Amino acid sequence: MSVVREDFREILRLVRPGSRVLDVGCGEGALLDLLAQEKQVDGRGLEISAGGVAACMARGLSVVQGDADQDLDHFPDKTFDYAILSQTLQATRQPRHVLAELLRIADRAIVSFPNFGHWRVRWSLLSRGRMPETKALPMPWWSTPNIHLCTLVDFLALTDDLQVRVDASAAFTGRGPARPIDPASPLENWRAETCLFMLSRVGSEAGQATEREPKTVSGDLFDG
Amino acid sequence: MADLDLAPSALTDGGTWRFPTSEPLRLDSGGVIEGLEVAYQTYGRLNADRSNAVLVCHALTGDQHVASPHPVTGKPGWWLRLVGPGKPLDPERHFIICSNVIGGCMGSTGPASINPATGKPWALSFPVITIADMVRAQAMLVSALEVETLFAVVGGSMGGMQVQQWAVDYPERLASAVIIASASRHSAQNIAFHEVGRQAIMADPDWRGGAYADHGTRPEKGLAVARMAAHITYLSEPALQRKFGRELQRDGLSWGFDADFQVESYLRHQGASFVDRFDANSYLYITRAMDYFDIAASHGGVLASAFTRARHMRFCVLSFTSDWLYPTTENRHIVRALTAAGCRVAFVEIESDKGHDAFLLDEPVMDAALTGFLGSVERERGLA
Repeated sequence: MSVVREDFREILRLVRPGSRVLDVGCGEGALLDLLAQEKQVDGRGLEISAGGVAACMARGLSVVQGDADQDLDHFPDKTFDYAILSQTLQATRQPRHVLAELLRIADRAIVSFPNFGHWRVRWSLLSRGRMPETKALPMPWWSTPNIHLCTLVDFLALTDDLQVRVDASAAFTGRGPARPIDPASPLENWRAETCLFMLSRVGSEAGQATEREPKTVSGDLFDG
Repeated sequence: MADLDLAPSALTDGGTWRFPTSEPLRLDSGGVIEGLEVAYQTYGRLNADRSNAVLVCHALTGDQHVASPHPVTGKPGWWLRLVGPGKPLDPERHFIICSNVIGGCMGSTGPASINPATGKPWALSFPVITIADMVRAQAMLVSALEVETLFAVVGGSMGGMQVQQWAVDYPERLASAVIIASASRHSAQNIAFHEVGRQAIMADPDWRGGAYADHGTRPEKGLAVARMAAHITYLSEPALQRKFGRELQRDGLSWGFDADFQVESYLRHQGASFVDRFDANSYLYITRAMDYFDIAASHGGVLASAFTRARHMRFCVLSFTSDWLYPTTENRHIVRALTAAGCRVAFVEIESDKGHDAFLLDEPVMDAALTGFLGSVERERGLA
């Protein structure tokens, strides 16, 4: 699907060569493989499905079977340069917690998700009065893994609330390459079918300026 | 048998290695064993830069014959799935080492060996040993084979415990570790089942306080019962049901205590054949070593702290859905500690209804995961 490939291409562009990367919800490891080949990253993965993890292991990837909602807690602070959450945020039970965890364990979080504010979604709901089924949201409401859908504007509000900075952003539609998002434009929330953000903690070394103190999350060594 | 005067290079085809008297094995219990012997097998050849050696650690009742016929039963090697031409561990490419644990009964010094001080079998005067003691002996054997660094150490169940102990005690000598269906410490349930086995052995009048060799007897009934109870824990309820259900051995019930049900006859067979190849006192010592095993305990109770020196290593942890002896929660506990310690770890819970024994059986997902994991470690190490 072209949306996914554009998404990966943008991530490849953002990630520094040789960095430490955690891909949360890494599926069968396609992105980790790409990152290893093209950016020589030290990659790890977290994946909920046994089939996905087995496929990753057969590819020689260091992937742990687990759940973004629970298993990020076990990573120590600042273990990674990037934590990637590609098309997974909307399927987590606690998106706010997951986002905060990503920025605790990594300097930067790269998050992409389907935009529920896209015009096709709005049109589908408005005209038919039914839950939208679009290219970015292909499943009927009763079988979708997505439980916390949001719009681009909702997401930006959450980043404000969590006091995290947007370092880069991109919008995707079914066709065409990624475009940078203009947060000032009221049209973005209509036009972006999928969006991607690179985030860092305000005041962290990864960001450039320091307006506010970063929200601190403690993470001692695990021993349950 | 090789003796202590032989150069290590003469030992590469396996046999029994006798520790030089200058290197007594110091035990966690405070005891010392002089002139310890370790029986082992090797497969393949060490390469020029000594970088292709892998150690396979066996489970409770396993032995060094990982890929060769058992000398007593004649049965094929216990992990032919993993070790052999074209397998994840291939003698064409790897130098594969497998040794009988100390305390065992397949050639390594154990309670049935002769105590040189008395000229009689050690029996219960044999010192209590730990998993760390087993690993210390293995490390000395590996050194004697002129191997400094192992590219992998691999094991399931008690073998997985040894693998963890290696990663904690000798991380500088390892590149990777594979832990299958194991735990970082024994649960109360694990200890409870082992206690049933030990009590069955000690309740056998032929056990004679452990000195059965002096009396010319063998506690076969007790050991068979221990094996029967343990064997149930290696299987799963659905696997037992599928295999036997309530099927009878013959037409109708005996209205007595013969083996009416097929599952009874199966367990009796398992118990009876076990006594031919295993020593009762070894069973006591090895189960005790497993019960005492608790990696976190020696690291302030924090398992992750135990693995901090293993950050350079790669780990593969596998569990099975129907394993209730070392369930996924126990394996995941190890994975989380490794993650917290900053180690590179891969983990998958494999769907299987075969219970704990799945690690010895036909599990294609396990084979694929191991092939992928070991292959990528080899590529990283420049071996492939």
